[in-house]
Parts: sequence; structure tokens; C-alpha cells
Amino acid sequence: MDFFGIPPQALFGQLLLGLINGAFYAMLSLGLAVIFGMLNIINFTHGAQYMMGAFAAYFLLQYTGLGYWWALLVAPIVVGITGMVIERLMLRHLYKLDHLYGLLLTFGLALIIQGLFQNEFGSSGLPYRIPPELTGGQNLGFMFLPNYRAWVVVVSLAICLATWFVIERTKLGSYLRAATENPALVQAFGINVPRMITLTYGAGVALAAFAGVLAAPIYQVSPLMGSNLIIIVFAVVVIGGMGSIMGAIVTGFGLGLIEGLTKVFYPQASATVIFVIMAIVLLIKPAGLFGRAR
Amino acid sequence: MKLKTAFALLALVGMTGVAHAQLSGGVLKIGVLNDQSGLYADVTGQGSVIAARMAVEDFKAESKGIKVEIVFADHQNKPDVGSALVRQWIDRDGVDVIADVPTSSVALAVNEIVKEKNKVFLVSGAASAALTGNACTPNTVHWTYDNWALANGTAKAIVAAGGDSWYFLTADYAFGHDLEAQVAAVVKAANGRVVGAVRHPLSTPDFSSFLLQAQASKAKVIGLANAGGDTINSIKQAGEFGISKGGQKLAGLLIFITDVHALGLPTAQGLQFTESFYWDRNDASRDFAKRLAPQVKGNHPTMIHAGVYASVLHLLKAVEATKTDDGAKVVAKMKEMPTDDPLFGKGVIREDGRKIHDMFLFEAKAPAESKGPWDYYKLVRTIPAAEAFRPLNEGGCSLVKKG
Repeated sequence: MDFFGIPPQALFGQLLLGLINGAFYAMLSLGLAVIFGMLNIINFTHGAQYMMGAFAAYFLLQYTGLGYWWALLVAPIVVGITGMVIERLMLRHLYKLDHLYGLLLTFGLALIIQGLFQNEFGSSGLPYRIPPELTGGQNLGFMFLPNYRAWVVVVSLAICLATWFVIERTKLGSYLRAATENPALVQAFGINVPRMITLTYGAGVALAAFAGVLAAPIYQVSPLMGSNLIIIVFAVVVIGGMGSIMGAIVTGFGLGLIEGLTKVFYPQASATVIFVIMAIVLLIKPAGLFGRAR
Repeated sequence: MKLKTAFALLALVGMTGVAHAQLSGGVLKIGVLNDQSGLYADVTGQGSVIAARMAVEDFKAESKGIKVEIVFADHQNKPDVGSALVRQWIDRDGVDVIADVPTSSVALAVNEIVKEKNKVFLVSGAASAALTGNACTPNTVHWTYDNWALANGTAKAIVAAGGDSWYFLTADYAFGHDLEAQVAAVVKAANGRVVGAVRHPLSTPDFSSFLLQAQASKAKVIGLANAGGDTINSIKQAGEFGISKGGQKLAGLLIFITDVHALGLPTAQGLQFTESFYWDRNDASRDFAKRLAPQVKGNHPTMIHAGVYASVLHLLKAVEATKTDDGAKVVAKMKEMPTDDPLFGKGVIREDGRKIHDMFLFEAKAPAESKGPWDYYKLVRTIPAAEAFRPLNEGGCSLVKKG
């Protein structure tokens, strides 16, 4: 039985690959959703911070000998701290202004960071190897699944759900959400709102860096890796609904699947299909699939 | 004594004055147009600009009365951006020569403009064989390589070694389509089969889906009709998906030394590919690399950088001989004079604009064979100039007299 001339084995394989790419979209759009939901900043630096995560992993290996597993822990912290510095020094001044200003600032920052890295490391990228524990793969019958890709899906699903849980189901999350709605009131209860916002931005950036470390062994560690992805991720966030955590996760994985299918049926369009969907969603439901109109 | 010096100086000034009179604006302006920021920036980029400057220095242009100025710009791999830049350069800034121009779709657009404005086009970066085929012009010289030569070098060797069924991963624009067509022709001519192809957008980060389709095709060889970052990612991810362990062979059809460097030898080893230049081939090429590398963060020159150097050098000889910057006249002179430069040796430029020299089939060394940084290639076969490029009468160039 074939689906439009594609044997079912091939289709399963492609769906699985779509899920893996979706995992990256979900991780990145999640960070964006957290930052937008809590800070009202459209963080265009996200792609650059994802790239910095991958570079941090490379530097850790090259100069300190710390391997992949350490990088998963250390790189997000380091890049998260740089994010907090940016928040303290620059973003802080923009909260009262229109979204547009935050977007312009972060977009400019992204270009500067990317330019600096490119100037220093060129465009071909640097090699980063898959950790020895995760090399090889499983033959699933319908496809060969590299162990590393399986690991990526599992770990990013775990991280996504954990983030959702923290924000929607814990006390800390409730403070955060309350601080977004009415910062003055939450401050009156004795909670340090500015510090909480700084930490939230740091956490969002750390998520991007974590995704960067996950990506390093699959793609080249390259200054351009973030700019290739960020536009797609923004489309994911817009489709899911700006600021919606669950929306970001579900659309991330969902669009990965759709893109995977496009690569089978009409590969030339695989770079555009997500934007077609974005246009349709914006026409029918401008707040996004999971967003609430404000 | 003083008087003598003064006379000598005067004579020199006079000489330069004569040469200036024939050059529009009194200066020969060379515009290096390439990718300064995208996936081909290491392969072309600043390295090409520096190579052009080195050619001007080595020619001692100033002392021969030719004042040369080099400008550069980033075409972002977009034909519209490239065309606009070239028009602006020629119409407003008085640029006489356009050099390098990787990304075939951009090069083909520039090719038309340069002809229309009667300037000179020295192609090093672009690969489409159409530039000396049905799109040939009296103003264009295609120096370093082309898709026909790549197909002829790499595909022939692989088919001869038993790789007779092919599946292509093709970059979805002029270059990829042309390369795929050229290789397919070679494969079919050798009684091989093409079982399929998938077209991927330029600058694709993830190739797993395409690789899976290639794997399912059961072709013996997966031909990568792409370049730069796309090739690097394809090869890297092919390793991850166990393509070669499954018995399929990867054929990188356009590989540069910077790609091998980025992949690292453990991943790249065993790849065979065709190039016209390798930095560690002789004293002249080593010297070239030694001068260029420190200026581009240690990256060793690609064949494109070498081609920019050699083509600018030959151009300057032609300008010196003709004392003009009239595009068609200079190119006619370039074709008339035999070429001779330290990097490509002696050669000729055919009437269709194709520069003829040896090509080399290289193989990436195993990590144990490499003696130091950038020691990456071993020579498999020299493809003599006479068979390295498409025969003159097969390209469909209108400049070639039938008969």
C-alpha cells in the first residue's frame, strides 16, 4: 500500500525525521515564548544565542577538554549569564516602549554577534563530534535511526514539558505569570520583580543555548546556524500564538512533521511551507492557534 | 646626477601619462564581487579580494604605468543584488573588470550586463559551464573550473571504479541543476544509470530527509551536486546516518579545501573530488598559500582564490599590451596571448572564453596520513588539459566558428 506513490516505510522515516527537526523548533520557540510571555520582548537575538551555545560547547572541548555532557550543563549557564547582562544593561530600558523597539534592539544585537563570530571563525564552521556514547544507530526496519537523533527528541521533549510544568503548574510559575499581568501588585507582595525578569530572560536564553549544544554534533558549529533557523522559529511562534508555552511546543513538533512531509512530496518547497501555513493561520486566527487575543 | 634622476622621473611620469590616457578615468578598476557573509564566504570572500591585490602587486602594475584600484562587494548569492551592484559599479563608479562571482545564477546575470556594457568578466567562483556554452560572450573568461570538468574528473573515476547507479542531492538553483546534468551525462555515457534526484533549497541545515530518500533509492553512489556549507552538512549527516556503512558511496562533486578543513579528516577521509589547484603541490603554490593564509585567519587558499590571482595577472598583461580597457579588445588579447602564471602554469584561453589547464583528481587523506595542519589531499590522477574541459564544438557557444 502506497501513499501517493511513497511506500509507507519511507513515510514513517520522514515523519520521524520531521519530529526530530520539530524538537529543535519546539526548544527554540519555547524560549522565545517564555521571553515574550514574561517580558513582552520579541527576542530576535535568540538565533545568535543558539549559535553561541554551540560555540560554547566547541570552546569547552577545545580549550578546557570538557566534553559534550559537561557542555550540556555549562554552555547554557554561560550563555544564560551573557543574556542576563544584556537584559540588565539594555533591554531593561525598553519595557515601557512599544514591542518594536525591543525587536530592533535584539535584531541589531543578533547581527553584531553573528558578524563578530563570522569575522573570527569564517563561514564554513567548525567540526564537533557526536559523543562516543551516542554514536551508531538502530535499524528500525523502515529506517536507520542514529542514536543521537533519538536522544535529541527525548531530551528536548523532556525539557519542553519541564518548562511548561514550571511555568503553568508551580508557585514560581504563578509568580511569574502574575508579574506579567500586574508587576506593581506582585512587587507589593514583596517579590523582587526586576530580578525575576532578569532570571526569566536568562532562562529563555539558556534554553536557546541548550538547543545549540544539542545541535552542535548534527550541524556544523557555524556562525550562520542561528540565522538559518531563527526565521522559521519565529514563524512557529506566530503560528502557535505569541507567548503561549504549550502552543510553542505543539506547533514546534507539528511543523517539523509537516516540513518533513514536504521534503518527501515536493522538496523544493520545504523552505517555504512553514511560511505558507503562517500566512493561512494569520488570516484565519490572527492570535495564533493557541494564543488568546489581548 | 640630480639632473639624471629628474629626467628619469620625468620620463616615468610621461610614460604613465600615456598609459593613463587610454584607461577610462585614468585607472583600471577591478571589482571583486562575491559572497562575503554567507555559505560561500570562506571559499571566495576576502580571500579572493586579497588574491586580486597580490596579483596587482606581483605584476608591479604601478611601475608599468597602470594604476589599478580594487573594490569589492557582497552579492549575498542573490542575482538581483549582484546585478544591481554591477550596474552601479559600471555606471557610477567606473569599474572596468568584474572578477570572481561565485553562485552561477548571479554569474549568469552579471555575464549579460558585462557584455552589454563592454567590460571584462573574469569568472573564478562560478561553476556553470553555460558561461562558455550557450551563454558565452566576447567579454567573459572562465578561469578556474566548471561543472563539465568536475563531472568529467570525479564522475568518470567513480563510474570506472564500479559506481554505476547514481542518486543526486542537488542544490535547487542554476549551479546545482547544471552540475547534476553534466554528471548525469557522464554517468550515462559510461553505461551507468541515474535512479533519481532530490532538489533541496540553498542553505539547508538538515539533510537527513534527503539522505533517507537517497538511501531508499539503493543507488550505489550518492552525488552531491551542491557546494560550501550544504556539502559539509550533507557529508557530516551522511556519516551519522551510516550511508557509507550501508555500502553506498558519497561523491562530493564540488569540494574545496576549506570544506575538508571544516569537516575534519576523520569525516572527510576517502572522498574523491576534482580541483584545479592545491596549495601543497609545488613551491609556487606553497608560496602563494604562505602569503595569503595569514590574511584570512590561516585559511589556506581554495582553487577559486588561485583562479582570481591568475586571471587578474593575465588580465594585467593584456591591458599592458593593448593599452586600453575596452572590454572586448582586452579579452581578445587575453585569448590571443598564451597564459603563464605560477599557480596554473602554461595554458591558453579558448575562443569561447574557457581557460584550459590540467585538472586533478584528489582524495582526502586518512587522519594518519596527514603530517600537519592543512595537509589534506593526495593526488589520485592528473587530468591532462586536453581532456579536462568540454570540447570546443560541444558547448554551443556562438563565438565558435562552425566547420
